[in-house]
Amino acid sequence: MAEFKQADSLYEWFDQRLGIDKFLKVMMTEYWIPKNINFLWAMGVLLSVMFGILVISGIFLLMYYKPDVNMAFDSVNYTIMQEVGYGWLFRHIHAVGASVVFLIIYIHMFTGIYYGSYKKGREMIWISGMLLFVLFSAEGFSGYMLPWGQMSYWAAYVITEIFGGVPLIGGDLVVWIRGNFYVSDSTLTRFFMLHVLLVPLAIIGAIVLHFYALRFPHVNNEAGEFFDFDKEAEKYLAGDKKNSKVVPFWPVFLSKDFFVLGVFLVFFFYLVFFHYDFAMDPVNFDKADGLKTPAHIYPEWYFLWSYEVLRGFFFEIAGISGKSLGLIAFAVAQGVFFVLPWLDRSPMVKPANQRPYFKYWFWFLMVDLIVLTVYGKLPPTGTNAWIGFASSMTFLILFIALPFITRAEAKKVGGK
Amino acid sequence: MKELKILAIIAALVGITYYGIEPYAHHIMHPEVKPADFAFSDMKNVDTSLAGNVDNGKVLVEANCIACHSIEKAGHLQIMPNADAAAAYGVVPPDLSSAGRIYDKNYLANFIFDPVSAMHLSHKYPVGGAKAFPMPSYNWMSAQEIMDVVAYLESVSPKVSGKDAHKATYDAACGRCHSMSYAKSEATTPKDAIKAYMGATPPDLSQYIKSRQEHYLHGFINDPQLLLAGTSMPRVGLTEKAQEEVIAYMEETGDSKKAERESLGLWVMLYTFVFAILAYLWKRKIWSEVH
Ligand code: HEC
Ligand code: HEC
Ligand code: HEM
Repeated sequence: MAEFKQADSLYEWFDQRLGIDKFLKVMMTEYWIPKNINFLWAMGVLLSVMFGILVISGIFLLMYYKPDVNMAFDSVNYTIMQEVGYGWLFRHIHAVGASVVFLIIYIHMFTGIYYGSYKKGREMIWISGMLLFVLFSAEGFSGYMLPWGQMSYWAAYVITEIFGGVPLIGGDLVVWIRGNFYVSDSTLTRFFMLHVLLVPLAIIGAIVLHFYALRFPHVNNEAGEFFDFDKEAEKYLAGDKKNSKVVPFWPVFLSKDFFVLGVFLVFFFYLVFFHYDFAMDPVNFDKADGLKTPAHIYPEWYFLWSYEVLRGFFFEIAGISGKSLGLIAFAVAQGVFFVLPWLDRSPMVKPANQRPYFKYWFWFLMVDLIVLTVYGKLPPTGTNAWIGFASSMTFLILFIALPFITRAEAKKVGGK
Repeated sequence: MKELKILAIIAALVGITYYGIEPYAHHIMHPEVKPADFAFSDMKNVDTSLAGNVDNGKVLVEANCIACHSIEKAGHLQIMPNADAAAAYGVVPPDLSSAGRIYDKNYLANFIFDPVSAMHLSHKYPVGGAKAFPMPSYNWMSAQEIMDVVAYLESVSPKVSGKDAHKATYDAACGRCHSMSYAKSEATTPKDAIKAYMGATPPDLSQYIKSRQEHYLHGFINDPQLLLAGTSMPRVGLTEKAQEEVIAYMEETGDSKKAERESLGLWVMLYTFVFAILAYLWKRKIWSEVH
C-alpha cells in the first residue's frame, strides 16, 4: 500500500485517494484529438448531451406516468401536459429530443461513412456505434408506445407483427414479445420496463464501449491522415501548439463543441416550443383503439427507410411471397451497416469526394435513403409502390456492389 | 467558408427529407377540400331577407318548439330529465337560449324548414325511409313565420363574450352528443342512447384540438360530410364567430398551456442564443493559441 501524507487541501485529499490529477489528464487535458476537424466532429458530444437531456426529462415524466392501458393516455395528456407544473415542457423536450437525437445519429453515422472512419483500426468504433444505433432504435420504439395513442398502438401492432415472418417460430415469437395474442396491457407494461430500465442500461454500457474503442485508433480527421499521436502530443506539450497536429480534448476540442452545441440548442428549442408535430404526431392524440384502424399507419420518421425496404417487395418473385422477400430485405437492411468495414475493400481513408468510385456510391446511397424515407410515409399505392420497390432494390444492389466498386477503386489508386 | 458549405449541404438534405415526409405527405394523405362556407349558400328554401316579428315568433315558438326544447333564458325549463328525453327522441334536444346567437341565420331558417337536408343527413334519413328524424319539418310554415321564429330566438339570446361565450357555445352546439372529460363536461345524452341514435359513438373531444387541429376542425364543423363522407355527425350550422368560439374552447381544454409554452419558448431560445455567442467568443480565444 502506498504511503499517505497529511493532505494540505481537500483537493489533495481526494487526489491521494482517487488520482484525480492523473484521471483528468488521461480523460481530458491529455486526451488528444486531431486539429484538422470540422463541426461534424462535434456530433458525438451533441449526442452525449442529448442522451443526458433525455435521461433527465425522462425521470421527470416517470414521476407521473402510469403504464396501464386505462390510465396511460390521460396520465400523459392530462396529468403531465396540463396539471403538473412544466410537465408539458418535459414531455416536449423528451419527445422532440428523441426524434432529434436520430437526426444527429444519422449525421454522425454518415460523417463516419463519408470520411472512412470505420476502417483500418476503427472497426470497433463503428460496431459499437451501430450497437448504439440499434439500442436507440429499441428505445425510440418502446418509448413511442407509452402514451398509448392510436399511432402508439398501431405502430406497435405492425412492428411486432413483423416477427411473425420468422420461419417456424414466428407465431410463437409474436405472442412471446407481446405477452398476449394482441397488443395489450402486458405489452405496454413490458415495453415500459424496457424503455426505462433495460435499454437505457444497455445504452450506457454501449456508450462506454464506444468511447473506449476511440482511444487506441484515435479519432479520424478531415484528410484521413495517419500520424504519430505521441510525437504530436509531445510537440504540443513542449509548447509548439501551432505546429502540433493535435489538440487536447479539454479545453480546446470541447470549446468548439460547446459553440456547435449552442447553435444546435437554439434550433432544438425552436422545435420543442414551436414546431413539434413531426415528433408528436397528431394522430397519437387519439386514444388507442384496437377496433379502429387509422387510415394511414407509419412509424416515426427515422424508421421510415427500413420500413419502406420491408414494404417495397409487394409481389411474389420466383415463388417467394412478397411478404417473405420484404422481411429478408428488412433483415439485411438492419444488419448490413454493421459489416460496412468489410464490404469496403479499398484501403483508402479519405473523404468520399476524394475517392474516385466511392464518391458515387456514397451520394447514391444518400439519395436512395431519402427516397426510401419519403416513400415510406406515403401510401403504398400505384406508382408509389413501384418507386418503393425500385428504391428498395437499389438499396440492396448498392450494398452488393460495394465490394466490387471498392476493389476496383483499390486497384486504380494502387493500394494507397 | 468550408464549414458553412457543409452546413448548407446538410440543411439541404434534411430540408428535402422534411418536405417529403411532412408537408408533401400531409398534402397527399389529406387532399384539400372545398373551403368552409359560412353563408350556407346551398340552402334556399326560406327567403331570409324578410324582417321577422318577435312577438309573433314568441307565439309560434311557444306553440311548436317548447314541447321538446327548453329555452331557459326565456323561462321555459326542461320538461323531463335527460334520460327520458333521450329515450323519447334518441338525443336530448338542445336548449335554444343561444340558438339566435350561435346559428347562422340562413342555416337556422332552413333548418326549421327541413332539419334533415340542412344537417346534410339525407343519406341517413331518406325521404320515406324507415327511420324518421326526431324533429319535425316546419315546411308548412310560411317564410315570414319562420323568420318570426328566428327573430324571436335572436331576441332572447343573452349577450356573452370571452371565455364564457366559448363554453356556452360549445355546450349549446356540441354538448348533447360529445363529452369533453378534460373540461369535466359530459354529454347531456347518455352514452348508450347516443350511440344507438347516431350509429357511432361521438368521441370525447378533450384532445381533438391536437389530433385534428384547427385547420381540419374549421372545415369539419362547417360541413362534416366534406371531410368524412358518410359520417353520422350532422352539420350544425354555426356562424364563423360561434365556430371560432367552439374551437377556442377546445383549445383551452386540450392545449391549456399554449400561452405559457409560447412565451417561455422565446426566453429559452434567447438564453441559448446568448450561450452560443459566449461559447463562440471562448472558442475563438482558445483556438487562437493553436492556429
Ligand atoms: C319533437 C321534438 C322537437 C320539436 C317539436 C322541435 N325540435 Fe328542434 N330538435 C329536436 C331534436 C331531437 C334535436 C336534435 C337533433 C339531432 O341533433 O340529431 C333538435 C335540434 C334543434 C336545433 C339544433 C340544430 C343544429 O344545427 O344543431 C335547433 C336550432 C332546433 N332544434 C330548433 C327548433 C325549433 C325552432 C323548433 C320549433 C319550431 C323545434 N326545434 C322543434 C327535437 C324537436
Ligand atoms: C347530433 C350529435 C352530434 C353533435 C351535435 C355534434 N357531433 Fe361531432 N360527432 C358526432 C358523431 C356521431 C361523431 C362520430 C362520427 C363518425 O365516427 O363517423 C362525431 C365526430 C366528431 C369529430 C371527429 C371527426 C373525425 O375526424 O373523426 C369532431 C372533431 C366533432 N365531432 C366535433 C364536433 C363539434 C365541435 C361539435 C359542435 C360544434 C359537434 N361535433 C357536434 C355527433 C355529433
Ligand atoms: C447515440 C449515441 C452515440 C454517442 C453518444 C456517440 C459519441 C461519439 C463521440 C463523443 C465520438 C468522438 C467525437 C466525434 O467524432 O464525434 C464518436 C465518434 C464516432 N462515432 Fe459515435 N456516438 C454515438 C453513436 C454512433 C453511431 C450510431 C455510429 C455509427 C454506426 C457511431 C460511429 C462513430 C464513429 C465511426 C466515430 C469516429 C469518428 C472519427 O473517427 O472521425 N457513433 N462518437
